[in-house]
Amino acid sequence: MEIYWVLGIPLAGGIFLALWGCRKHAPEINALFSLLTLVAAAVLTARIVAEGPMMVGGEGWFFIDSFNVFLVTLTAFVAFTTALFSRPYMRIEQEHGRLNAHRLRLYHSSYQIFIAAMLLALTTNNMGILWVSMEAATLATVLLVSLYRTPASLEAAWKYFILCGVGIAQALFGTILLYFAAEKVLGSGGTALLWTHLNGVKAQLEPTVLQLAFVFLLVGYGTKVGLAPLHNWLPDAHAEGPTPVSAVLSGLLLNVALYAVMRSKVLVDGALGNDMAGNLMMGFGLLSVVLAAFLIKRQTDVKRMFAYSSIEHMGLITFAFGMGGPVANFAALLHMTMHSLTKSAIFFAVGHATQKAGTQLMDGIRGLIKTNPTIGWGLMLGTIAILGVPPFGVFASEFLIITTAMHEHPWATPFLLLALGVAFASIFGKVQPMVFGETELPRLSHQPALAPVFIHLGLVLMLGLFIPPYLAGWYKQAAQLLGG
Amino acid sequence: MTTGILLQIAQTLLAILLAPLLMGWVNQCRAWLQGRSAPPITQPYRTLRKLFHKDAVIAHDASPLFRFAPYMIFACMALAAGIVPTIANDLPFSPAADVIALVGIFALARVFLALAAMDTGTSFGSLGARREMLVSFLAEPALLMVFFTASLISQSTELPIIVETLAHREFVIYPSMAFAAVAFWMISVAENARIPVDNPTTHLELTMIHEAMILEYSARHLALIEWAVALKLFTYSALGIALFLPWGIAAQGDFNALPLAILALVAKMALGGAVLSFMEAISAKVRLFRAPEFLGTAFLLGVLGMLIHFLLEV
Amino acid sequence: MSLTYHLQVVNLLAALLLLISFAMLSQRRIIGLVTLFAWQGAALALSTAIVAWSTGQHHLYYSAGLTLILKVIAMPWFFYRLVKKLDVDREVEPMINIPTTMLIGIVLVIFAFNLALPISQMSGTVTRSTLGIAMACVLLAFLMMITRRKAITQVIGFLAMENGLFFAATSASYGMPLVVEMGVALDVLVGVFVLGIFFFQIRETFDSLDLKHMEKLKEH
Repeated sequence: MEIYWVLGIPLAGGIFLALWGCRKHAPEINALFSLLTLVAAAVLTARIVAEGPMMVGGEGWFFIDSFNVFLVTLTAFVAFTTALFSRPYMRIEQEHGRLNAHRLRLYHSSYQIFIAAMLLALTTNNMGILWVSMEAATLATVLLVSLYRTPASLEAAWKYFILCGVGIAQALFGTILLYFAAEKVLGSGGTALLWTHLNGVKAQLEPTVLQLAFVFLLVGYGTKVGLAPLHNWLPDAHAEGPTPVSAVLSGLLLNVALYAVMRSKVLVDGALGNDMAGNLMMGFGLLSVVLAAFLIKRQTDVKRMFAYSSIEHMGLITFAFGMGGPVANFAALLHMTMHSLTKSAIFFAVGHATQKAGTQLMDGIRGLIKTNPTIGWGLMLGTIAILGVPPFGVFASEFLIITTAMHEHPWATPFLLLALGVAFASIFGKVQPMVFGETELPRLSHQPALAPVFIHLGLVLMLGLFIPPYLAGWYKQAAQLLGG
Repeated sequence: MTTGILLQIAQTLLAILLAPLLMGWVNQCRAWLQGRSAPPITQPYRTLRKLFHKDAVIAHDASPLFRFAPYMIFACMALAAGIVPTIANDLPFSPAADVIALVGIFALARVFLALAAMDTGTSFGSLGARREMLVSFLAEPALLMVFFTASLISQSTELPIIVETLAHREFVIYPSMAFAAVAFWMISVAENARIPVDNPTTHLELTMIHEAMILEYSARHLALIEWAVALKLFTYSALGIALFLPWGIAAQGDFNALPLAILALVAKMALGGAVLSFMEAISAKVRLFRAPEFLGTAFLLGVLGMLIHFLLEV
Repeated sequence: MSLTYHLQVVNLLAALLLLISFAMLSQRRIIGLVTLFAWQGAALALSTAIVAWSTGQHHLYYSAGLTLILKVIAMPWFFYRLVKKLDVDREVEPMINIPTTMLIGIVLVIFAFNLALPISQMSGTVTRSTLGIAMACVLLAFLMMITRRKAITQVIGFLAMENGLFFAATSASYGMPLVVEMGVALDVLVGVFVLGIFFFQIRETFDSLDLKHMEKLKEH
């Protein structure tokens, strides 16, 4: 039952805000809906933890197990904190004259619809609906990316739409092939695309077809994950959209797309009985890590730089999932969580910093520690966390991934280490003057809403020092589900 | 066998005699569509008679090839017309000359025409010859592709067998033939010097292709060439009918079907001519530079037809 | 060849779809492109309906109807209006000249046919041989997207790709489950709607729908 609440609340929020979003208190309503979603998600999680995986509705339209419930919670949580962050942030944007009330209404409404689409993608049992909701999530964010209506933002949104559209079309073809294989075992009709049914008969599915299907699914959803060489949309969309949108794109959408890939991988592994899917993922993952690390070096725009960092981390997670096995899967899940929390925290801090400096160019942002110590510390800590410095949680997950890689695929380790090293040097080298450099700018007049930043970073720190046993058990279960 | 030979001769003669009529019909239709008062349908015969009665004027520099070429061209076209089944499927010549030979015969006629055009050394002649060669070198492979598609379906390159397969066996829709038909239409238009590749009525040096080559000819030579042109149009029409609308052509040894076959032929030719003139009326001539694109498309469609055959019909 | 006549008609329509895809590649005017897109939708709807009729798969009727309403009537109408309103029906400038594009297209068709061959041999449906054509249509639409500069042509390419995918679904497995097809159709509809808004934004900002103005964001 909770599942309907989880999906219904953001959907209702989207409709409500579309109708009444011009009011003064729209940002608060937005946050309220996000909070309610979070509560519903928490209740759902509690129930799954207590009762185990469950199927809901009709022939099992929704399926929730340890793997997706953890992502549901994460999504609801980051969505809520982002809504908190966006409340003052968007208000200031409005005061600066970059937005008007109508666009703000569009923003709030699309935001809720976007969250609803992602939650549907996570909870649906139907691989076709998974596709539909991924596409819906794209569509909901296209107009968010172009919210400022600047030439650059329009271009970014256009690129986002077309590239993801092409990608998602590949995924549809993969889904068709999947259905084609499934139909022969399960018979035609609505149930043949249900993941649980497919999972039950995965060994009987035609390997040749699934092989091809997976290639298409990986390329398709991989485009949304931001895997190289189809990553071009990602930095543009992150840099040109409003910062809260960048935060949810990086922190959530990429995860959801990767989730879709993983659901497919489980089926394909079962049908093929070899490492084809894993190897492909490792290849794409490694390519993304290396490429992104070297591209980070050349960035001048702070949001673009962190967008490339997202590509790098998604590549790392994809690589880890590609290796498979309980440890790598565990590490990948952990890294997913860490990356979501840290990256959104960074974007919150960056959002305030750019708002303050009036530019996104890193050369224009200097001495945050003087003008606004909290933002400066938030950005610095977030950067340190994302770069994998202990004791933050990212260190733990990266360490696990790299040791597993050393053990199972030693050839890949030098590339990973090199890429992480390059990324470390470039990001740290660029953030350091932003925080500690000299500046003439006065102190920030208004108090930034930085609670979300420190909540996220606190969580990351905590998870780096100590993972509560029930959480660890939960991750292990999820890792098991993914074919550990 | 004797009946076969008789039929063969009858068909060839029929083609030679009816060809100017088809030309006349096309001209008439076109005149109607353009809102002009039409010349009588027998106008090409009168033109031919008039030309045969004139004295030939030949350039001083012309070699014997120049005199010889019109006869050669006419002979080639008559031979080509004899290979294509028009009313009956009973052609003793056909095992000796299949569709590939047909393409060769067309090419032979073209070579002579081009050589004769260059023979007198006028600039228009060589200009026309060059353009003609450009068009034909693009059209020929496309035409071969169309034939290959038909041959793949019937497992033979002989036209009577192709007709037999398509017309007298169980009716099957061949998607590949749809592609081939469009390609064939485009090739025919180009090869017969019709709009949009060439304009048979123009003498504008910027655009003319075919007319430029025969400017030096007069009297009986010109008559033979004009007749050959009419025959070519007739042969192409007959080819189109044989490949894409073969129903009605009498099967081997089926004499009772002959009258009906003649009627069917006349009806199909009339329809084909009308459609041709209609298409000419609604389209504009393209620049010469676009002709390669036009024929490239025809080639592409021919290739697609073949690919589709392999995919859908094997 | 022992296919019944209606399936031969489906094959013919499949060939027609491919032909239209090529015609779209060679089309120079946007209005012509929209018309071809409508024809492609019509061929798709008709073939889906015939498959539905001959195999008794009733849910395919809905899918055919959906195609007819969305892709033959609603979207072309919308595009016609858009083209008129934005006054963009000039020649579309391809990035690669058209004959070369066509040649690449042929190569793609051969590739698609080869790719589809092992799958269609496995398929149990009577329309399986058209899967290769569906794939070829998808690839050709993709080619159109990457070789055209105008925003509208890219979107039509995208929708043509969707057509190809629908056709693939119909030919490989008699369509997807209805709920999925409805969802896909909804997405496409919303997508086109979003794009409509988007065109106006682009037009407002750049005073043109030519995407060459939109090449500022490069990978630095």
